[in-house]
Amino acid sequence: MAGVTFREVRKIYAGGIEAVKGVSFAVPDGAFCVLVGPSGCGKSTLLRMVAGVETVTAGEIRIGERVVNDIEPAERDIAMVFQNYALYPHMTVYNNMAYGLRNRGVPKPEIDRLVREAARILEITELLKRKPRELSGGQRQRVAMGRAIVRQPKAFLFDEPLSNLDAKLRVSMRVEIKKLQRQFGTTSIYVTHDQLEAMTLADMLVVMNAGRIEQIGAPLEVYERPATTFVATFIGAPPMNLLRLAAAELSGLLGASAAVPPEGGILGVRPEDLVLAPAGARSDGGLALPLTVETVERVGPESFVYGRLARGGDVIVRIPGAAAPSFGEQAVAIAPRHKLHVFSADGSRRINS
Amino acid sequence: MAERRRFENLLPHLILWVGIAIVAFPVYLAFVASTHEPAIIANGQMPLTPGPYFLENYYRAIFVGTTGTTREPVGTMLLNSLVMALGIALGKIAISIVSAYAIVYFRFPFRMAAFWLIFVTLMLPVEVRIYPTYKVAADLQLLDTYAGLTLPLVASATATLLFRQFFLTVPDELVEASRIDGAGPFRFFKDTLLPLSRTNMAALFVILFIYGWNQYLWPLLITTRDDMQTIVIGIKKMIVTSDALTEWQLVMATAMLAMLPPVAVVILMQKLFVRGLVETEK
Ligand SMILES: Nc1ncnc2c1ncn2[C@@H]1O[C@H](COP(=O)(O)OP(=O)(O)OP(=O)(O)O)[C@@H](O)[C@H]1O
Ligand SMILES: [Mg+2]
Repeated sequence: MAGVTFREVRKIYAGGIEAVKGVSFAVPDGAFCVLVGPSGCGKSTLLRMVAGVETVTAGEIRIGERVVNDIEPAERDIAMVFQNYALYPHMTVYNNMAYGLRNRGVPKPEIDRLVREAARILEITELLKRKPRELSGGQRQRVAMGRAIVRQPKAFLFDEPLSNLDAKLRVSMRVEIKKLQRQFGTTSIYVTHDQLEAMTLADMLVVMNAGRIEQIGAPLEVYERPATTFVATFIGAPPMNLLRLAAAELSGLLGASAAVPPEGGILGVRPEDLVLAPAGARSDGGLALPLTVETVERVGPESFVYGRLARGGDVIVRIPGAAAPSFGEQAVAIAPRHKLHVFSADGSRRINS
Repeated sequence: MAERRRFENLLPHLILWVGIAIVAFPVYLAFVASTHEPAIIANGQMPLTPGPYFLENYYRAIFVGTTGTTREPVGTMLLNSLVMALGIALGKIAISIVSAYAIVYFRFPFRMAAFWLIFVTLMLPVEVRIYPTYKVAADLQLLDTYAGLTLPLVASATATLLFRQFFLTVPDELVEASRIDGAGPFRFFKDTLLPLSRTNMAALFVILFIYGWNQYLWPLLITTRDDMQTIVIGIKKMIVTSDALTEWQLVMATAMLAMLPPVAVVILMQKLFVRGLVETEK
């Protein structure tokens, strides 16, 4: 078992596209690291460089103590689970799982033991004789997992392994992946753009944007203290409300002690931190935004109220239950001061603590 | 309503049956001719029903041969044709699958140039390059040899392109998974690509076997000895210019025999052949 370390890793594809622009971080031994970010931000590229199926343009990737830049994928001692599973279509489930072991020259009885053990853990023993095309999506996913765990590698790499499953199955597989990872204690890097997966699976969340890292931290830490406006809007659904405020307004909100830059800044507040109060209500020392209700989405346990602010701009408020105001009603969205996030005017930096 | 439906089903069937009759009747006539004595055919009074000389005619065709200039019996010619057709079909498949593998999966200098060169040879069938090819074959002492019969026809742009197209549809992740599983280029080819190409190879085999079997011009040039003749050439040589001397019953028997191997190949490989044409196993 081993951690994975990135040092100033870059990837420039033939054709000049710079997919990863100098990334440095370390995944500790045994940690579950989730890479999130919008489509095209370079998550897969980064993962594939760890796997060795993509070359590293510059920088250094280590697995454990060993620099693996120029080492063949097979010798990196990693296992990868692909989005489309990439099972060998003409091999049975058993052979799919045994193939990597055979190529490594593991003795036959040992292969048999390992495959059966992995199959037992994943509850696919009765599928061992089938071909991948005779399996459901969820079963294929399990086989792909089986192919990964059977070799007992130093690290698991997952590239959106659940995105081809239906919503229900995705939840149960998510729980299972987490359970397996705990059980084996294997360092894992997991790429997804599903936030729920990211939040629930990660010990360590890495938010990427346009080939760079925006923030690294525990999921709740990232949620509670987003480092940039990008992270603020990317993590959390519906996204955080952002308001551009002048310096005077900001220091009025945050109190005189706060260091507010002269050019003003961006105020952020999560929909779930806002409370709707009747028109005319005030907030003592916090934020109060008068608004007109435009749309209400009721999803059962909670409702999303979309409002137009009196001062211009839109806001989303998340309220419990279905007892939401109706279209055209006036109201005030209120939030306490400690729930406010303040960013620099260009959104690249968090200002309040 | 049901009546109309039945009629609508009948019409296409009728058309199909007429089509079959048009195609099959000459074959039937050839079979009939191969079971009569020569006099009847020469008189131009051939009946529409098979005659009593089936066994005798076929025995003579296979083991004895005609009494005319070409004395080689059909047995030898069938063998020659079989060697040539198999050699061409298997050779073409082997060469083209390997070259397609190189072109799709490896980055080497002048890769695209190689691809286009192969592509261009599509425009140069045997007939066009017959003189230089003959010269080369003659200089290499390949006249009247099996190598001479097959080798010049083995390179195949069509099959290479077909395999290339197929390889391009194989997901990249499969290559990557193989690499992670410790399979080098050779193992990937043997363990993954070849089994996946099985149906494609079968379809190509059928097409190429028939292509090889029906070769006429090249075997005509390259073989001079009677015992190296293929059956297609043999049939031609049995037909003597003066009609009276041609032993038509033997010619027809030979033609029937010449048809059997391609038919057998099609029937035996039909299932795989159809699957190879309609389905990609991925
Ligand atoms: N083989 C390639 N050649 C050239 N450019 C590529 C290649 N693969 C990816 N890219 C580019 O690199 C950038 C990052 O791609 P990558 O696949 O890493 O994104 P991603 O974050 O995984 O996105 P998604 O969430 O959609 O999978 C994209 O702009 C993409 O167009
Ligand atoms: Mg991706």
